[in-house]
Amino acid sequence: MSDSDTGAMGRSQGETVRLSTIRLSVNDQARQLEVDPRTSLLDALREHLRLSGTKKGCDHGQCGACTVLVNGRRVNSCLTLAVMHEDDEIVTIEGLGDPEDLHAMQRAFVERDGFQCGYCTPGQICSAVGMLAEVEAGWPSHATADVSAPQVALSDEEIRERMSGNICRCAAYPNIVAAIRDTAQGGL
Amino acid sequence: MIGQPLNRVDGPSKVAGRAPYAYEQWEAGQPLYGFIVGATIGKGRITRIDTESAERAPGVHMVMTHLNAPAQGPRDESIPFEYWRAQPVLTGPDIHHYGEPVALVVATALEQARAAADLVEVEYTRGRGRFNFAEQEDEVYIPKVVNAGLPTDTAVGDFDAGFDSADVRIDQYYTTPYEFSMPMEPHACLVEPRDEDLVVYVSCQIVDAAQTSIASTLGLDPARVHVVTPFVGGGFGSKLGIHSETILAALAARALRRPVKIAMTRQQIFQLVGMRPTSSQRVRLGAGEDGRLAAIAHDVTMHTNPDVEYAEQTAATTRSLYAAPHRLTSHRLAPLDLPRGTDVRAPGEAPGMLAVESAMDELAHTLDMDPVELRIRNEPTVDPERDVPYSDRHLVECLREGARRFGWEHRPAAPASVRDGRWLVGYGMSAAIRGHFQGPTAARVRLEADGTAVVETDMTDLGTGTYTVLTQVVADGLGLSPDRVRIELGRSDFPSSWGSGGSWGATNSCTAVHRACLALREKVLVAAGGDTRSPLHGLDPADAVFSDGNVGIGGASEAVSEIVARNHPEGVEAEGGTRFMGDDPNYTAYSINTYGAHFAEVGVDADTAEIRLRRMLGVFSVGRVFNPKTARSQLIGGMIWGVGAALEEEAVVDPRSGAFVNCDFAQYLVPVHADVPDIDAVILDGFDDKANVLGAKGVGELGICGAGAAVANAVFNATGVRVRDFPITIEKVLPGLPLLEA
Repeated sequence: MSDSDTGAMGRSQGETVRLSTIRLSVNDQARQLEVDPRTSLLDALREHLRLSGTKKGCDHGQCGACTVLVNGRRVNSCLTLAVMHEDDEIVTIEGLGDPEDLHAMQRAFVERDGFQCGYCTPGQICSAVGMLAEVEAGWPSHATADVSAPQVALSDEEIRERMSGNICRCAAYPNIVAAIRDTAQGGL
Repeated sequence: MIGQPLNRVDGPSKVAGRAPYAYEQWEAGQPLYGFIVGATIGKGRITRIDTESAERAPGVHMVMTHLNAPAQGPRDESIPFEYWRAQPVLTGPDIHHYGEPVALVVATALEQARAAADLVEVEYTRGRGRFNFAEQEDEVYIPKVVNAGLPTDTAVGDFDAGFDSADVRIDQYYTTPYEFSMPMEPHACLVEPRDEDLVVYVSCQIVDAAQTSIASTLGLDPARVHVVTPFVGGGFGSKLGIHSETILAALAARALRRPVKIAMTRQQIFQLVGMRPTSSQRVRLGAGEDGRLAAIAHDVTMHTNPDVEYAEQTAATTRSLYAAPHRLTSHRLAPLDLPRGTDVRAPGEAPGMLAVESAMDELAHTLDMDPVELRIRNEPTVDPERDVPYSDRHLVECLREGARRFGWEHRPAAPASVRDGRWLVGYGMSAAIRGHFQGPTAARVRLEADGTAVVETDMTDLGTGTYTVLTQVVADGLGLSPDRVRIELGRSDFPSSWGSGGSWGATNSCTAVHRACLALREKVLVAAGGDTRSPLHGLDPADAVFSDGNVGIGGASEAVSEIVARNHPEGVEAEGGTRFMGDDPNYTAYSINTYGAHFAEVGVDADTAEIRLRRMLGVFSVGRVFNPKTARSQLIGGMIWGVGAALEEEAVVDPRSGAFVNCDFAQYLVPVHADVPDIDAVILDGFDDKANVLGAKGVGELGICGAGAAVANAVFNATGVRVRDFPITIEKVLPGLPLLEA
């Protein structure tokens, strides 16, 4: 990370803001950003890279709308600062697929009507992709009967428990669970 | 296509993160960022406000307070609906409720605006605020009308005599808390000044209301305000009108001649957009031993903001649900210095049916009668208060079909009689009814020379499926495949609608688009009939059939695209509309409603009183359904809102300050995945020919109506504990749990 003193961004006088230069990979593209050290990864994606598929629902890690994959693991991007992600590999909803070439999870959400307003949806989908990888890796959850078993059986109860950090106010939950189940059964 | 489970046509763009919401529009270039500073007292007056430090902070372009805010138009109460009135901000030093905006900071970056907002110094003198509903409950007044223009009070027969002489009487109070819509997309607005005009990207449900409200607040010609809202991240009532972030962004953008955007923080939303009023509801039921109601009364007291009256129509469904010769309903308001009450999904019906359908369960228990049978015995033949026939009432079918599918016959007959391991198991049910509304809506449909159809209307899609159902209506209306139809929504430059709200959006806009398609067919047929190059020339247009992109008359056929290309190379268009229900005789001559029945099974932990919903079913009658897939989603979503109202949702006011103390998603609990088991919604076939030409009625709010009561009644059936103070939480159930056998 290198600091560059580019001074105040606005026309006002007063103390300066030191911007930090960071390099990271976003959706397989190398990106370089000059960000305020207070900028969250979420705001860096939305406001600097204009990748607004990642949503801000609460900015406090309470709703999951901002979920992205950081080095393959799901993360609330509102709870982490952009400057902490030098050299990290970020995958956002835009990196999973585009409307003409959807990821299997995205297709399943459309087929099962796993959303209504669509605002929590990118977070639900990124979270679901990350969650299935956690199950694959044998991570237990509160819903796992035998936490020492090497393989976790992906019941609907497991899906619900593991997805409970992603709020959907339209309450498309039954359809989201069905979409995740379909995707898991069809393989990613 | 109407009636087919077409996948959402906007689905691929939404699941791929490409659907742009208000804060995400980049057409205007890089905007400035605004951050709202809210009052830290609930009632009083600003005595000093110092913005100097904030103004000197890095990146700050402007700090606006009541001292330098431009003059704005006043709220005009002669305008019938609040959402079309001016919404001025920063109008003076008086503080009316906690969190009210006292300043706006605009800076180059969001981080700068937020940091500078902390530097605005405000001093206040505190006034004596009224924040505690329980203390003000007796200081009520009688509103002139309640929400939607409904009468405040109604009376039929002689309630007191009917109630006093009844064999069995239920007389109980039920209380419901402050609740919030809380759509996932925060209230947000981006305003771009464009010469003398303003382009306003705002997350709103009714574009026409937003345009009118913004224009009158800013003193602009509405034609100079261009509202754009192609996607809305949920509304549930809280985006029916525009809010302070919109007016502040518009004022700042005009002053700075730069695009400015503002999103409320989640915490600010709790203080700034209004909430469902808290209520105390007295329900009295008087019945014979046979369960037939002789008397029913529903008396409601709610909070209101003293300056912006809001009277939720909480007793309104009671006027149409059950037969009884002697009836009373009333609404009273207790002014509190809190944010204004406002429409939250199923206003009136949701809290009202929670109370009345709980009381019906109490009556069934007292009579030792099946709650389904009790409701069937009170089925009216005509609307009991309006004395007009129902257009298409199928409540009994919903009850019977739901009971059959759910396995209601397995209901534990006695409360607290069934154990499954550590769980006490219970079944509960509720009826559902909701009035159907119609309002003025216009839509334009254009056939292009390439044979595609384009719909233009300022109607919105909040996740309600507007893009999809309008596609289906046009596909049928013009005989096109859905991929030849394009829907353009949410622009004030398009024909205006009543927008999305009150469950009227789909039926209003589909009816308008259907009529536009009919008018467009006439134009195509006139063109073809008068066109010597058309094989349809001179044939009787009465026999015309539009299908697969062609017009056929008898054995002759021609592609619509060819007729349009030859006769209207620039395209041809037509408009259709609907009218206000008050001007439609069907809505006076008939009681037009939707119906349903909810069935729920819960488990209550025998030691801890933890309540878990196990399964739930709703059966609904809504006339004809445009799209069973999207309609089912809305109904299930509504049912889950009912579950939240029964078990979780409650905003708590600090009686010292008037602030909502649990103002985030960690503390204001809404249902999450783990709270929601198997839930299904079944829609009965139907067609309500009195509602509109398409036979359809609204679904968006019916799902929540009564849903919470089914859960509450299941908790009683599981435990024998009746909680009348919602939500039903552990500490209210635990003291009444049956003692465990050793």
